[in-house]
Amino acid sequence: MSEALNRRGFLGLAGGLAGGLGLAAVTGCGGSAGDPAARPQQGGRFRAVYAGGGTKEVLDPHVQSLFVDIARHKAMYEKLVELGPDLKPVPRLAEKWEPDAQAATWRFTLRDATFHDGRKLTAEDVLYSLSRVADPTAPERVAQSSLAALDLRRCRAVDPRTVELTLTAPNAEFPALLAGIGTQIVRAGFKDPSKPVGTGPFSFVSFEAGRSMVARRFDEYWDGAARIEELHVLSAEAEARANAVQGGQAEYANDMTATFARTAEAGRSVRIVAAKGSTLHAFVMKVDRPPFDNPDVRMAFKLLADRQRLVDVVLAGRGEVANDLFGKGYQYYPADLPQRERDVERAKSLLTKAGALNKEFEIFTADASAGFVEAATLFAEQVAEAGVKLKVTTGSAQTYAKDLLTQGTLGSHRSGAMPIPQYFTDRLLSKSPFNVTHWKRPEFDAGFAAAQVLTDEDARAAKYGELQRTLRDEGGILAWGHPDFLVAVGPKVQGVEAVPPNTLDSGRFDKVWLA
Amino acid sequence: MRSYAAQRAALAVVQLAVLSVLVFVLTSLLPGDAADQRFVETLTPDQVERMREQLGLDRPAIERFTDWFGNVLSGDLGTSLISGGPVLDIVRASLGATLVLTLATLAVVVPLAVALGIVMGTRENGRLDRAITSVTLALSAIPDFVVAVVLVAVFSLQLGWLPATWIGGDLLASPVLLVLPVAVLFGRTVCLLSRQVRAGTITALNAEYVVQARRLGVPRRRLLLRHVLPNAAVPGVQELARTGDTLLGGVLVVEAIFAIPGFATALIDGVETRDVPVVQGLTLVLAVAALLINLGADLVCNRLVPRTELLR
Repeated sequence: MSEALNRRGFLGLAGGLAGGLGLAAVTGCGGSAGDPAARPQQGGRFRAVYAGGGTKEVLDPHVQSLFVDIARHKAMYEKLVELGPDLKPVPRLAEKWEPDAQAATWRFTLRDATFHDGRKLTAEDVLYSLSRVADPTAPERVAQSSLAALDLRRCRAVDPRTVELTLTAPNAEFPALLAGIGTQIVRAGFKDPSKPVGTGPFSFVSFEAGRSMVARRFDEYWDGAARIEELHVLSAEAEARANAVQGGQAEYANDMTATFARTAEAGRSVRIVAAKGSTLHAFVMKVDRPPFDNPDVRMAFKLLADRQRLVDVVLAGRGEVANDLFGKGYQYYPADLPQRERDVERAKSLLTKAGALNKEFEIFTADASAGFVEAATLFAEQVAEAGVKLKVTTGSAQTYAKDLLTQGTLGSHRSGAMPIPQYFTDRLLSKSPFNVTHWKRPEFDAGFAAAQVLTDEDARAAKYGELQRTLRDEGGILAWGHPDFLVAVGPKVQGVEAVPPNTLDSGRFDKVWLA
Repeated sequence: MRSYAAQRAALAVVQLAVLSVLVFVLTSLLPGDAADQRFVETLTPDQVERMREQLGLDRPAIERFTDWFGNVLSGDLGTSLISGGPVLDIVRASLGATLVLTLATLAVVVPLAVALGIVMGTRENGRLDRAITSVTLALSAIPDFVVAVVLVAVFSLQLGWLPATWIGGDLLASPVLLVLPVAVLFGRTVCLLSRQVRAGTITALNAEYVVQARRLGVPRRRLLLRHVLPNAAVPGVQELARTGDTLLGGVLVVEAIFAIPGFATALIDGVETRDVPVVQGLTLVLAVAALLINLGADLVCNRLVPRTELLR
């Protein structure tokens, strides 16, 4: 996959974003040759600030869960496969791959890449990395469940540059799983995370959890040495991030609020790079509990949401309305479905039919994610117009993700960017570990399993499309908005892409430069 | 004097023991535990359960506490449940920044508050007294975060004179990092402290012996330095010891706004991630510091103005 192809994919996705938001931003894609700022410059120190995790921050790439960790690891390590701007797998350390006819055994050809200590990447490194992730005595390795499909005993090195990975069950989406978080390739025998050695564009200098990591350009990087000389990945809370990027103490600030974006755009000191609709905000209804075990009530609630207003108020207009589905703009998203509109009258008649009118229900939320409580409160007002009383209950922010699985009947839900099939695997199958809507349908599971083994991409897409239609009309997910993902950059920064988090070009600093 | 110190020390040990039990119980009452914190929709419930076993969180609370307490008695603060490193390292790393910040603030606040207090006290209800009172009161009435936001907006973002945060900064290389945080902490404490010194000055000036000394014609300067100041300092020193908590509250805000990796930040992190050994360790250190400061303050006051009631 060439860089050009990536960029084209990006342009297709973000379409008109730069103009729409009045940004001269997002250079590096096209860019007029005459503009000196568009010509990459060499050298300099680049400081990127992320939300900190204190002592939670780790150097071990297989334990990552925070954006700041992911950015640090991305600088030093790489995966076999990454996700493009539409969350479709693109080759990285694996130059190409080929499944057998059943999509059960996959052959990956490795790139000619060099580790920071000068050794070449081999198939043994890949096998070691995957078995390190799978190690059952280390439950904190995040990719354990997504890579559970691997049958490690039957995986083998064909030659130093070819590795054959065998699955316990066929899966046409396997490359995407290798692109998930915590799947980095480390050197065979890697034991001490405090001495990182990867194939990435930067080599390790120093790390202090909750504060900073410093890394230096790695000149032998297979994808062309980075333009900047030194990379600092720093940790700070939202207010400090804003001050740092405005005050010139940082060149890049990740995950900024819509409020900050508004004030920043009024000034001159920073530029906002906005990835359109890159995550999901939703309310989730538990389909096995009253009143939401009744499909009419679920539909009524979906009809009662004033999505545009939720986006305008809760996301300060920086987002798109959602259509009760995850993954707008991603591979396999059925873009042809009509947008769900508000219809209070139809909702009322559905509620009357279900005997749910003039009753009080509860919505379970917490201050766990920006906008959760606001959205719940606003939604309670919206359903009140149809005679439904909705009481907002706020739980503990720290344990919300866990509580939501078991508590309440209606709650707040947010999801980061991931491929649509992975969202299904995580949340919508009977055995899914994060099935917050308790959507357990054997026929849905079977449909998904049947789709996943189709090696023909179009056939697979068609199957996934059907499943998503069912979900949109009968499922428990009331998706109301796709917030933009906002990043602030200093005036000299070039080459920052407007892409969803968790994709190849997000937090990727080997392609940025300082004009 | 010695028995007084011994009494105080014995009391302190009891206080510490009670405190550590309290902190343990309170953190245990919070919903969730350290293993749940890893449940960020990336680890499955099964993985979290295995992790809980590894961390020993499935053991009874009593057992975990007595283990911890035994370790503390042998001088070991234990291991962080989140980072896996020694708690002592976290305490040490976070204490540095906060200590520097606090000492720098005191270095500015104390001389200024004493000077202001005496100036106000000797001019009770005069124009200068009222002017200083209004300014310091007004300063202390503004919440710390407002002061911080305004100062950053003006001096960092507008004028560009001072760094807006400690991000990526090195205190040794650029002590200028201290200016804004100290300025924020300054407002609150200088007001409280100078008012105490002022009150002490007034009391001392009206005291029988000072009035007598004045009648005897002791020069004003000598009167102030030898007789008034030591007495006026007593409420000041006691207030200074109490300033600890005010300052800690302020430090919390200041650390968050200026991204200072200090004590307050570590404590909040510890509570949020249910990292009980870290919370315990930090609280213990904080408690010891508070006890020492109060003890020190009492001893200083006792030395300044030996009075028997202080001994009780």
